[in-house]
Amino acid sequence: MNQDKLDTFTLDGQTIPFSAGQTIIQAAIAAGVYIPHLCFHPEFKPHGSCKLCTVKVNGRQTASCTALALANLVVENNTAELNNERLTLLQMLFVEGNHFCPSCEKSGDCQLQATAYELKMMSPHFDHFFPDRPVDATHPEYLLDFNRCILCSLCVRASRDADGKAVFALSGRGIKSHLIVNAESGNLVDTDFSSTDKAAHICPVGVILKKRVGFAVPIGQRRFDAQPISATPHPIAKGDA
Amino acid sequence: MSELDTLNSPANTPSPPTPLPQAGEGSQVSGEVNQSGEGHHVKKLKVATTSLAGCFGCHMSFLDIDERLLELVKLVEFDRSPLTDIKHCGPCDIGIIEGGLCNAENVHVLREFRANCKILIALGACAVNGGLPAQRNHLSLTTILEEVYHAQHGLVDGFIPNDPELPLPLDKVHPIHEVVKVDYFIPGCPPSGDAIWKVLTDLLAGREPELGHGLIHYD
Repeated sequence: MNQDKLDTFTLDGQTIPFSAGQTIIQAAIAAGVYIPHLCFHPEFKPHGSCKLCTVKVNGRQTASCTALALANLVVENNTAELNNERLTLLQMLFVEGNHFCPSCEKSGDCQLQATAYELKMMSPHFDHFFPDRPVDATHPEYLLDFNRCILCSLCVRASRDADGKAVFALSGRGIKSHLIVNAESGNLVDTDFSSTDKAAHICPVGVILKKRVGFAVPIGQRRFDAQPISATPHPIAKGDA
Repeated sequence: MSELDTLNSPANTPSPPTPLPQAGEGSQVSGEVNQSGEGHHVKKLKVATTSLAGCFGCHMSFLDIDERLLELVKLVEFDRSPLTDIKHCGPCDIGIIEGGLCNAENVHVLREFRANCKILIALGACAVNGGLPAQRNHLSLTTILEEVYHAQHGLVDGFIPNDPELPLPLDKVHPIHEVVKVDYFIPGCPPSGDAIWKVLTDLLAGREPELGHGLIHYD
């Protein structure tokens, strides 16, 4: 499509302005429209892997975190068809890992959980994998609970792009993909990971957890207890996702 | 109805279960009017409940509907339930299952409920996704039994119980939807009394149950 004079597209019928180079989800967030997402973060290059932000652009499905906004696009977002597929993606994420919310320090502040509430996920639907994923508690200040990893790669990107380190990486392929720590021992304590790293504050779920503060904010008084994720501004300025 | 409501498509939720005997007009919940009784005799819906691999916390939360229990018992009567101590359930309108499946008896009870209940509800985290008992799933059953009955500090001449009356443990704990069709789910550990009340009153009034923000919780 040629660059038109109007720098707007429509999202579920609403006119959304954008500037050159913005992706669809960036323009939507700037306009205050919620598109469900997990691996997207405004401060980092898109990864395009979770597919929660899939929208229909001129009738074809694409990830809105990687698709550039173009003039006069017709984008569908909040439709039954798309939300149904997003729900299925969420359910697959829930059964692939061990997401036991009642014991999770991140509960109420978790993007996966809040997105599942938003899309009214009442059950995991599929059979659970119950994988065996030992935790890494070697670091004196931080705990890694891999049971909850959704492979969004935000910690990988934060460590590499913001911290100038390479503490985390995704390893393996397909169903065997998993998060690894860049040390010969495989333990976080043997890396240059630090509590001041961006990567220490980016995890949208309960994998990278600061020790001894887990319940400083009581359950019931957390970010997504106050309001649903669709009404919660993206924590772009907070620095602590 | 928002667009999200239509998420309950066949891909994610079983087809709508058998409609309940319908309640009266208006928003007030009421039982079915018996054909012989000219509207004076109200036939109560039958409800059965049980706790499988759970902690009875969901039943406690059910009791947390507090004085609304008085309203509820005008509309329903309880069949098999820890509240009645009836041992087997007959034909029921609604079956409520707390807890997942950790042993063979749980599976038998669940199948009895499914066979007898028009609508089956998974109540709480353990029924929905295995919950706390399922945290044993990354360990082998042998390891667990050895640890608990043989190896644990302070045990002398321990042995693994093998009385034939004891139900055999399953090698993994499973949520109930992995074994029978479940019509509705109320997540939470436990779900709040308000969430349970909302689902029950929606069902009794013939509405599709829906939990909004604040009522849907996984923790």
